[in-house]
Amino acid sequence: MLENEENPCISKSTRLPRKRFYRARAHSNPLSDSHFPVPISPSHVDYSLHYPQFFQSSDILAGSKKIEFADIGCGFGGLLISLATLFPETLMIGMELRDKVTEYVKERILALRKASPGEYQNASVVRTNSMKYIPNYFEKGQLSKMFFLFPDPHFKEKNHRRRVISPHLLDEYAYVLRVGGIIYTITDVEELGDWMKSCLEGHCMFEAITEEELEADPVVKLLSSATEEGQKVSRNGGQTFRAVYRRILPCV
Amino acid sequence: MEDENEQGRETEVAPALISVHPAQHYVTVAVGSDLRVFNLQEGCSVSLVDESPEPLHKDSIRAIRFGANGKLFVSAGDDKLVKIWSTDSWRCLYSVSSEKRVSAVAISNGGRFVCFADKFGIVWVVELDGVHENQALVCKKAEPLLAHYCSIITSLEFSPDEQYIVSADRDFKIRVTAFPKNPLDGAHEIQSFCLAHTEFVSCLTFICCQDYPLGLLVSGSGDSTVRLWDFTSGSLLHTCEVGAEAGIAQSNGRKEGSNTIVTGLCATPDGSLVAVAIQRQLLRESLSSYCSFPGIMLLACNFSAKILSVARVVSITEEAFIPTSLGTTFSSGLLWMVMGVSSSQSSGSASLARVRVISGFSKNDAESTELEPIVLADKEIPGGEQLLLKLQGNLSVEEEVFSAAAEAVKTAMHNLLIKKQYSAERREFRKRGRNDRKDKR
Repeated sequence: MLENEENPCISKSTRLPRKRFYRARAHSNPLSDSHFPVPISPSHVDYSLHYPQFFQSSDILAGSKKIEFADIGCGFGGLLISLATLFPETLMIGMELRDKVTEYVKERILALRKASPGEYQNASVVRTNSMKYIPNYFEKGQLSKMFFLFPDPHFKEKNHRRRVISPHLLDEYAYVLRVGGIIYTITDVEELGDWMKSCLEGHCMFEAITEEELEADPVVKLLSSATEEGQKVSRNGGQTFRAVYRRILPCV
Repeated sequence: MEDENEQGRETEVAPALISVHPAQHYVTVAVGSDLRVFNLQEGCSVSLVDESPEPLHKDSIRAIRFGANGKLFVSAGDDKLVKIWSTDSWRCLYSVSSEKRVSAVAISNGGRFVCFADKFGIVWVVELDGVHENQALVCKKAEPLLAHYCSIITSLEFSPDEQYIVSADRDFKIRVTAFPKNPLDGAHEIQSFCLAHTEFVSCLTFICCQDYPLGLLVSGSGDSTVRLWDFTSGSLLHTCEVGAEAGIAQSNGRKEGSNTIVTGLCATPDGSLVAVAIQRQLLRESLSSYCSFPGIMLLACNFSAKILSVARVVSITEEAFIPTSLGTTFSSGLLWMVMGVSSSQSSGSASLARVRVISGFSKNDAESTELEPIVLADKEIPGGEQLLLKLQGNLSVEEEVFSAAAEAVKTAMHNLLIKKQYSAERREFRKRGRNDRKDKR
């Protein structure tokens, strides 16, 4: 406790980490070779490290629960924090490539867990390159929701292969999503919005979700309101473009 | 900067490859850009006919393969061309240009589709409109099939029933993808990932027997293991620590600090035996053929227990023969091996190819008959000295060339597969040297 009071990175009033001490570049190159540890396979992911309260002892219950939501490129973790209270019994993980940002989210979750005991135990974050290592974290059909909120637009055509939604990467997302699972994407860049929509539209294992269903889904409202990027866009009166699709069985 | 250029040039050195016609009508060896074909039935060398604007290959060949029915042969490599040959006339029937360098090829069992993987981790597919003897050369365009995200694909195999295509990459990943009826639209349905290797996966092969017509998958890796997989579920069945086994087989001690890489796999058609090519290198200074592992290791597969065990280590000690590529046929019981490397400008060494054959590469009655692999002398090889003259380029190979080649092959392997490791200080230094940062603190 004493440590925290001396730690300038933690706000004295809210006990939350202060963002200005975790300033990072806005973008990171997903193509570069990675220098962080990666679990060999999904069974090597240490759940007790991420969700200590759910996996306190090695009892029978421990083996049963698995991560169901993945926020790819979670940024400063706004969505994760909102989802954690909305779905308190669902395990969720944020994946972020920038180490400083990951560090911030980690501190933020720890602080929230301390501030409101019993809550936020189901949210965690990991530093990884999700474009490369998704199969190392999740088994086939493990996830029910995947989020891609305000991803890096990579405007140059030469760099389109760095986009987190691409026809080939959708194959991997379809693999980790269960049938009926939902993929949420949103961006404030019209060009990227069109791109993501056309990628999903053209993929045989995804179908668009109807407007009525979108209205009924409480998560959809969070897409633009919960994230730091989304708040920034609405502050500036910007437009957002979303594409929400369901994983289906491919027609043979 | 300079040492990076240096390394870039070193990569140009390519290991020699061998491929044998399924009915043992032909043997082919690729050394650098040179493709050498020998006709075993008639005992003569074959000259290739290529009427394309860019005949033959201009740069190192990285992948060669016969189709399962023996009618087609594919060669591809650093010149970004995939050439598909008829094995009757040895004419080039199709020439496919790739955007990037090609690292692996596969032919569907019926010979209707040819798949190849490039350096960007994308697998492409070409549909052939049949093989007509007198057709003119056709230039084809490939369609993307699937992609590993920016990881070099090292091996590409069709499952025996052709339901799946399996790809392995430099990021320790093996992906099993359902091969669709119309692959030109892409293969989107991933069946499984086989994950357990902790280093790059260098080679794949399928083994099947009568009880398991679907087959099991065997993979070799830079983590010094050979692993057995149920590829439909992606579950690991058994791990064979060939590195440790090779250490025991080798002359005493000297185990510490060595690094074993599995570079090649080859299975008998009945699936009972798998030949493993191994490279060993000491992490310490003294790199020489002395600390290599000359010869091959034979693994026996027990299908009911689903385990791989070392059946025999075949040493080739009279010369330091470290095979760079392996090949076999349906019935002959011969294992064909080549050790070799393309010529390299930077070190000024000439190209080398040495072909050896092991007989008794079969195990018909698993328990009763003893496994008797024999390394054939040059005269006993089918095709005899004429074959060696064609495939090796010359008959005798000097000792020094061997060790030089062994070195070059190691470098080539290293540059292709092992990621550059920067120390933390070096990374920090490079970060500080970035020139795209606007605000300097």
